[in-house]
Amino acid sequence: MAANSRESLHDAASATPREKTFSREVVVANSQGLHARPADLLAREARRWQSRIELVAESQRADGKSILEVLTLAAESGTRLVVEATGPDAREALEAIGSLFDRNFNEHAGSQNT
Amino acid sequence: MLKLQGIPVSPGVTIGEALVLDAEGFRIPRRFVERSAVDTELARLAHAIGDTAREMERNRDRIHEELGQQYAAIFEAHLAMLHDPRLQEELTAAVRDRNWWPEYAVSRTLRRYAKVFQSLDNHIAQRAHDIYDIEKSLLRNLLGQRRETLASISQPVVVLAHNLTPSETANLDRQFVKGFATELGGPGSHTAIVAEGLEIPAVVGIGPFLADVSGGEPVILDGNQGVVILQPDEETIAQYRLEEEAARHVAVRLSRLRDLPAETSDGVRVQIMGNIEFPSEVDQCIDRGCDGIGLYRTEFLYLTSRQEPTEVDHYEAYRSVVTAMKGMPVVIRTLDLGADKMLTETTPGEERNPCLGLRSIRLSLRQLPMFRTQLRAILRASALGDVRVMFPLVSTIVELRQARMVLADVMEDLAEHGIAFNPKMPVGMMVETPAAALMLDVFIKEVDFVSIGTNDLIQYTLAVDRGNKEVADLYNACDPAVLRLLRRSLDVAAEAGVPANVCGQMSGSVMYTQLLLGMGLRQLSVPASAIPEIKQACRSVSVADCRLIAEKALAMDGAREVKTFLRDQLRRLLAETVA
Repeated sequence: MAANSRESLHDAASATPREKTFSREVVVANSQGLHARPADLLAREARRWQSRIELVAESQRADGKSILEVLTLAAESGTRLVVEATGPDAREALEAIGSLFDRNFNEHAGSQNT
Repeated sequence: MLKLQGIPVSPGVTIGEALVLDAEGFRIPRRFVERSAVDTELARLAHAIGDTAREMERNRDRIHEELGQQYAAIFEAHLAMLHDPRLQEELTAAVRDRNWWPEYAVSRTLRRYAKVFQSLDNHIAQRAHDIYDIEKSLLRNLLGQRRETLASISQPVVVLAHNLTPSETANLDRQFVKGFATELGGPGSHTAIVAEGLEIPAVVGIGPFLADVSGGEPVILDGNQGVVILQPDEETIAQYRLEEEAARHVAVRLSRLRDLPAETSDGVRVQIMGNIEFPSEVDQCIDRGCDGIGLYRTEFLYLTSRQEPTEVDHYEAYRSVVTAMKGMPVVIRTLDLGADKMLTETTPGEERNPCLGLRSIRLSLRQLPMFRTQLRAILRASALGDVRVMFPLVSTIVELRQARMVLADVMEDLAEHGIAFNPKMPVGMMVETPAAALMLDVFIKEVDFVSIGTNDLIQYTLAVDRGNKEVADLYNACDPAVLRLLRRSLDVAAEAGVPANVCGQMSGSVMYTQLLLGMGLRQLSVPASAIPEIKQACRSVSVADCRLIAEKALAMDGAREVKTFLRDQLRRLLAETVA
C-alpha cells in the first residue's frame, strides 16, 4: 500500500555519471507474497523499460525483468524491498513498478494462489 | 535379457513394445558440441523453445476452455518462465560459450533453478515442480523422441513408469495399453484394482529399473508371476507366446461355465457377484455368468475429472449399469477415497496419515452436498432395478446412523418432488476396520447386508501399509488375526440372518475359496476376470470338506502355516479337478 512505502530518490554511488539510479522502497502486500502471477506482471512491466531494474531484499538482488529471479526472492507478504532503476528512463520505470506494488498487483487481499 | 521381479497385481501375460514414462526421467549425459556445430545447435534449441511455447499455449487454451481461467494460469506462469530473458541468456551462453549440448544446458540450468526454489522456506518452493515440468517439455522437444504421453498412444505398448496415479491408470487407453509395470506401488493399491478392472496385466513395486530400458524395445510382462523381462531373447519370447496361447485355451474352457450355477458338489448354491469400477465392466461380468454386481466402486467418477461429478454424471453411470444387469442386484458403494486422492480441491491441509484420515464415509459426512448428490443419483437409479447402497469404512455406529439420516433426508426430498425411487432400497456397510468387525453385533441390527472388505481389513488389522515395499510382506490374508475377524463377522451376520459378502482380493483368489465357504460365506464378490475360476472352484468342492479346512486353518497360529496349508489344499483340489 502507498502508505507503507516511502519514496526516496537519490544518486547511487555505483551508477555511471550519466546513468542515475533511482530507488524506492516498496512493501509486498499480497496475502500470498510475490508469487507467480505478480512476479510475472512485475517482470513484464520491467521489460517495457530500457533501464536496468533490480529488486533488493536484504542481501539478495534479483533482475526485475526475470520472473525466475524475482521468484527466488521468495518475498512473503509484508516483506520490504528496494526497487532500483538505472538507465535513461529510470524515473518513469520506477514509478510504473512502484505503482504495481501500490495497486497490490490488482489482487484483492486473500485472493487465490496461482 | 534382464529379468525383474515385482508384485503381480493384475493377471495375464503380454509381449509388446515398451513405452517409458519416468518421473524425473531423462538421464541427460554431459555432452559437448563441436565449435562448428554451435550455430546449428543454437537453432535447434530455439526451435525446441518455440515448440514448447506453442504446446504450453495450446494447453493453456484447452484448460481455459475446460476448467476456466484459474487453472489456465498455471500454464501462463510456465510460459512466462520459459520466456524469461535471463533464462534464455543463460541457455544460449551455455551452448555458445561452454559448448554444452543443448539438452545438457537445459537440464543443468533448469534444475539449478528448481533447486533454488526447493530450498526456499516458502510456498514458492512448490514452483520447483513447474520448473521440472518446463524441463521435461523442453527435453521432449529437443530429443524429439518417442516420449508420448499416455493420452496420445496410437499403437500397442507396454507402459513402464516410475509410478502411475489412479487417475492415470483409469485414463489408460485399453485399446493400446497391453500392460503396465511400475517401480513403485503395492498390492491392493487403488491403481492395482483399476488395472484388474480394466483387465490389463500389471506388475508393481519392481524397484528402480527404468534406467535399463528405452522406449520401443520389446518387453515381456507376466502379470501372473509378477515378472518383467527386458530385452528378452528369442527363446523366451517363444516360450511366452506358448503361454499366451495356453491361457487362451483355459479361458475358452472356463467360458463353458458361463451358464452353469456356482453350486458345490453337496448342493449348496453360492452367489458369485462381480466387482466393477467402470460401467463398461458390466458386460465382462455378464459374459462370465455373474449373479449380480457385489461391489460397484464409484471412485472413478471423482478421479477422472478435476470437477466434482454432477448428479447427472452419477446417474448416467449408475443407470447404464443397473439397466444392463436387468433386475440382478447392483451394490453401489459411496465414495471410498481419501481427500488426498481427489483431484477437486475440496479439502485443505495435508494429512500425515491419509489412510487413517479424512476419507470414505468420513469425507462424505463432512462434505454433505457432495454426499447428497451421490445419494440422490443412487436413489434415482433404484427406481430402475435392484439397487443397494453401501457405506465404506464405517468405524462407529454414529457414522452409520448419520449416513442413514442423510439418506432418509434425501429420500424425503425426492418424494416431495415426486421423483421415483425405491423407498425400501437395502442399505449396507463395509466391514473393513477391526472396530466394525468387533462391534458388528451392534451394527448388524441397523443394516440390511454387510460386505467384508478384506484389503482394508488386513491393512488396518495388521497395521501395514500395503503400498510400502518395506513392510508389504506383513500384509497377509492368512494371518490368524484376520481370519478370526472374518469368522466373527460371518458368524454374527449368519446369526442375525443378514446376508454377508466378501469383496476384497481374498475372495477373487481360488486359494481362499474353500476357506471362505468353510467359514460360512455364501456370497463372493470378485473381479470379472476371476468369475469363471471361482465358479469352477465352488463347483469342485463340498461344503463339508470346506468346513474341515476352515477349522484346521483357524486353529493354526501363524500366517505362513496357514498359507502353506491352503496352498496344499488348492493343489489337491486342482489335481482332482484335472483328473
